Parts: sequence; structure tokens; C-alpha cells
Amino acid sequence: MADTTQITTAPSRPSALREFWYYFRENRGAVIGLYVFSALVLIAVFAGLIAPHDPTAQNRAATLLPPVWQEGGSWSYILGTDPLGRDLLSRLLYGSQLTFLVGIMVVVLASAGGIIIGLISGFAPKWVDTIIMRIMDIILSFPALLLALVLVAILGPSLINAMIAIAIAYQPHFVRLTRAAVLAERSKDYVISARVAGAGLPRLMFITVLPNCVAPIIVQAALSFSNAILDVAALGFLGMGAQPPTPEWGTMLAESREFILRAWWVVTFPGLAILITVLAINLMGDGLRDALDPKLKRS
Amino acid sequence: MLNYVLARLLTFIPTFIGVTLVSFSFIRALPGDPIQVMAGERGISEERYAELAAQFGYDRPIYVQYWDYLTGVLQGDLGVSFVTKRPVWDEFFSLFPATLELSICAMIFAVALGLPAGVIAAVNRGKFFDRALMSTALVGYSMPIFWWALLLIIVFSGNLQWTPVSGRIGLQYYFPDPTGFMLIDSLASGQKGAFLSAVRHLILPTIVLGTIPLAVIARQTRSAMLEVLGEDYIRTARAKGLTPARINGIHALRNALIPVVTVIGLSVGTLLAGAILTETIFSWPGIGKWMVDSIFRRDYPVVQGGLLLVAVLVMVVNLIVDMLYGLINPKIRKR
Repeated sequence: MADTTQITTAPSRPSALREFWYYFRENRGAVIGLYVFSALVLIAVFAGLIAPHDPTAQNRAATLLPPVWQEGGSWSYILGTDPLGRDLLSRLLYGSQLTFLVGIMVVVLASAGGIIIGLISGFAPKWVDTIIMRIMDIILSFPALLLALVLVAILGPSLINAMIAIAIAYQPHFVRLTRAAVLAERSKDYVISARVAGAGLPRLMFITVLPNCVAPIIVQAALSFSNAILDVAALGFLGMGAQPPTPEWGTMLAESREFILRAWWVVTFPGLAILITVLAINLMGDGLRDALDPKLKRS
Repeated sequence: MLNYVLARLLTFIPTFIGVTLVSFSFIRALPGDPIQVMAGERGISEERYAELAAQFGYDRPIYVQYWDYLTGVLQGDLGVSFVTKRPVWDEFFSLFPATLELSICAMIFAVALGLPAGVIAAVNRGKFFDRALMSTALVGYSMPIFWWALLLIIVFSGNLQWTPVSGRIGLQYYFPDPTGFMLIDSLASGQKGAFLSAVRHLILPTIVLGTIPLAVIARQTRSAMLEVLGEDYIRTARAKGLTPARINGIHALRNALIPVVTVIGLSVGTLLAGAILTETIFSWPGIGKWMVDSIFRRDYPVVQGGLLLVAVLVMVVNLIVDMLYGLINPKIRKR
């Protein structure tokens, strides 16, 4: 391998990563999104150190305490407390861990399964391809949230089951994207030459073709990440996701719903946390699309 | 064109069969025995169990059960609700107008604001208006709508007391509902204030359900307009000295509408998923709330039937959108 790199004499092409960063940086919103996202990841990682209280510890003497800047608020509960006297800030901080866990798990499950099925569909004989695509059509006929609700009804309500259900509902998008990219690449010269050189099917699929199909998959992954956070929170809100006392943001909203007219903060902050996280990821997603879509690149 | 329609119809059949398979397997995939679930906590005698198993056909081979289910579905027999003892088909269609009315209003809201916003943003590309509108659209697109609903309730129902919190109409009004559309029925009833009450009940759910489609339509309109505005015929129109309003409004928008119409058609699934949340929060007696309630009540025939009908609804709308698309865009149907 070392020899081949020495032979190359063409003027060095900017590395893919640097080229990507060049285009990504042009989108100011995307960079802001990246900063916010990084900050949120840091918060999630160090939640245990930052959080002033245990997220499930109840203080009966301090229920529904308002945030510190409002009359009656106190510095020990900066964002106030919920109906059970738990510190809202600590619950939000710990909730961010769950939110990222959910996003990552759903994207990994949905994309891994979707990419493999999509590759098979793109390389397999026509009849296998047809069967796979019809199955994907069937899954896509069900609205994702409804499919997830029903799957959770079968599997039982929990955060893990909610993630699995949503990953299943998102998988067809990855299958379709991968298959379309594979079909476009399959007949190109470099693939044929690899085949002639004796590359086996697994090598052709994963090493030759897949790296050239990743751009749309990455954009879809970003989109799925934010949608997964919204859908899991929605399931939690409906009582079919994480179960109390887990500090999941959607579940927190559901628990405090009856207090909305008395204590605005118990409803406002968890939703705001969801919105900011999803917004940051969507901003990044737009930047990713601009940077990775060759049609939009101005060379 | 005929070939295109036939080919598209042919893919509908296996998908439909697949969807019936999914909804058929649903009841059988549940943990526990459906008859035990029906019996509830009191339990059930062995004779009665055998009787019920025979009645529902659970004692026969699985493929016979599926065949019976499929032929039943094709005749509109989706089983009977455990809770209300009414046919699932009848329940669905008595609640469907409520969801349809809400969805139509949400879509009108989304199109009425989204289209102009997208056009204005595209025409002012890169300027303040564009950035402000598109930032707002991205916030709307990222919105957890169940939280958005709660915020609107706090402000408009709680603090300002402008709108009611739940239901479709004030309790003091009672009239027959021949169409199931509250706006039409309340007008037809001639009762004073009934129509206004129906409108006031609709406002918040419409905004909540329409928010994400609104954001999607605004973004889609903008990018479609930008693409069209770079075309040669727009330059020609400009060179001819046409007014910008005429160029943007007639020449450009008309062609930009094709992808936008597709997006509108394909957002039926999004609307139905949104209806689940919106209807639950506003106690809107439609399909979404009915499905959620049935899942919680373990009313499995309803969940099974509703799942099937919702999927078929999405499939039919997608089919219609595809055909319309083929009609508008000749490039598609030649393939």
C-alpha cells in the first residue's frame, strides 16, 4: 500500500474533510448549529458533574417552586421545581443524556439495517429487489408515529422499545436512498473494473460502492436524528415512551401537563430544550446537505 | 399514460395485501391471549373460552384465519370494538369527518401562509426578509408540536381566555350533524353563535397541526422558486419588460408549484401522525385520539382496523398524487 502513495504525483487534492469543512463553513446557520450541538453534547456528557441535585430526589417542602428570577424562586433551584419538588434544571440536564442516546441509537439501528438491506436490494436479482421494495412500501404506508405507537403497544412501553419501534419506522428511507445510490453507481467503470479484477460481492458492496453512496445517507441520518428526538418525546408525552420517574423531556411534559395554567415553567423548559436540540441538529443538517450535495457546489 | 396508470395500480395490490398482513399479525403478535384480554381481570370459564375461540376463528389454521380476515376486510368487515360493541368500520367513518375537517383547515392555513412566505423569501434571496422567514420556518419545522399546543393553550386559553381548551363546539349547542363537519352543520343548524363557537374551537388545533406543513411548504416553495427563477424563460420574460409581479406571480410560481403540490400530497401521513398528538391534546374526537384511546384501552380490534384504514388512506392519497404528477409532468409517465 505504501508504494502506491509514493507513485502519486498529481497535485494534491484537498482532503475530503477539508473540502467538506470549506463548504460547511459557508453556511452560518450550520456553524451556529454545530456550536450549540457541541455545547449540548458536553452538557450531556458532564450532566452528573453540573447538575446541582439528584434528578429523582423529591423535596416535599419545595414543590412547584418558580425559577430564580421570579418572586418566590430560590438559587438552589435555578429553573424551579416540578410538582413533586424535583429540581427542573437537574432533570433537564440528565434528560439530555437520554435524548442523545435516543437519537444515536435510532440512527445507528435504522441506518445500519437500511444500508445493508439497500445494498442487497441494489445488487440482488430483480425479484429480490422487488420484494424488498414492496416491503418498504408497506412500512412507509403507516405514519411513523402511529407505527411506533402500535409497536410499543405490542412490545410494552419503555424507552428501549420506543427506540426500536422508531428505528423500524425510519429504516425504509435509508433502504431507498442506499438502493438508489447503488443503482446509479453499479454500472460505472470503476465498479466494473473492480469486478473484472476479481472483487467478491461483499467487497464490491461495502468497499467499492458504499463509500460513494454516503453523502445522501449522512444527510438523511441528520434528519432522522432530529425526527427521532421529536418522535420519542412525542411517545413519552403520550405515555408510551420512557416511564416516570425517568427524566425524559417528553415524559416530563406529560407529567406536568395538568399544571400548565399554574406553573408555566414546568411546561416551558422541557419543550424549549427539545426545540433547541432539534433546531441545532436541523441547522447542521441543512449545512451538511449544502456541503455534500454536488449539485449545489459552486466550483 | 394508460400504461403508467396500470403499472402504478399493479404495485398497489401487493402493498395492500402486505398492509392487511401487518394488521392481521398485529393482534396475534400481542403478548397474551386476545380472548383472555377481552375477558379482563375476572377471568373466563373454559367452555366460554372455547365458544369465543370458535366464534373468532382462533381455533382454525392461521392461513384460513387470514383468508377470512382478508375477505372480511374487502367487504368492509373490520370486526367489532371490545369496548363499544360497535363495528370498527362504523366508528371510523363516524369519527373521520372530524379529522378531515381539522386536516383541511390545517392544510389551508399552511398553504395560505406557506406559499406567499416561500415566494417572498425567494424573490428577496439573501436579504433580511429571506433570512427572517427561513429562520422562522426552520423553527417551525423543528417544533415539538405537543409542546407548541401547550404554549398556545397557556397564552390564548389561559391568559387571554380567547379560545376554548378542548372539544369541537360549546356544550350549550346541540344540533343534528348530517355531514359531520362542524363548521357546515353549525351553520345549517341556524343556532345563534354556534358557528362562531365551532370556529373558536378550531383555531388552536388548526395552528398546531398546520405548523409543520407550513414550514415544509415555505421551504419547498422557496427552493422551487429559486430553481425556476434561474431559467432562461424568466430572463426572456424580464427582457420583454414584464412587471416583476407578473413574472414572479405567473411565470415562475406556476412552474414552481409542481414540486410543491407533490409535497402537499405526500404530507398526508405527516398530518395523520400530527393529528394523533393534536387531537389528544385538544380532546378532538377524531381518528388520532380514537387510536390512542384504543391502544390504552386495549381495544385491539379498533387498533387493528384503524391501523389498516389509516395505511390504506395514505396509500390511496399517494396513488392519487402520483397519478396527478404523471398528468402534470409528462417526463414521469414516459419512463
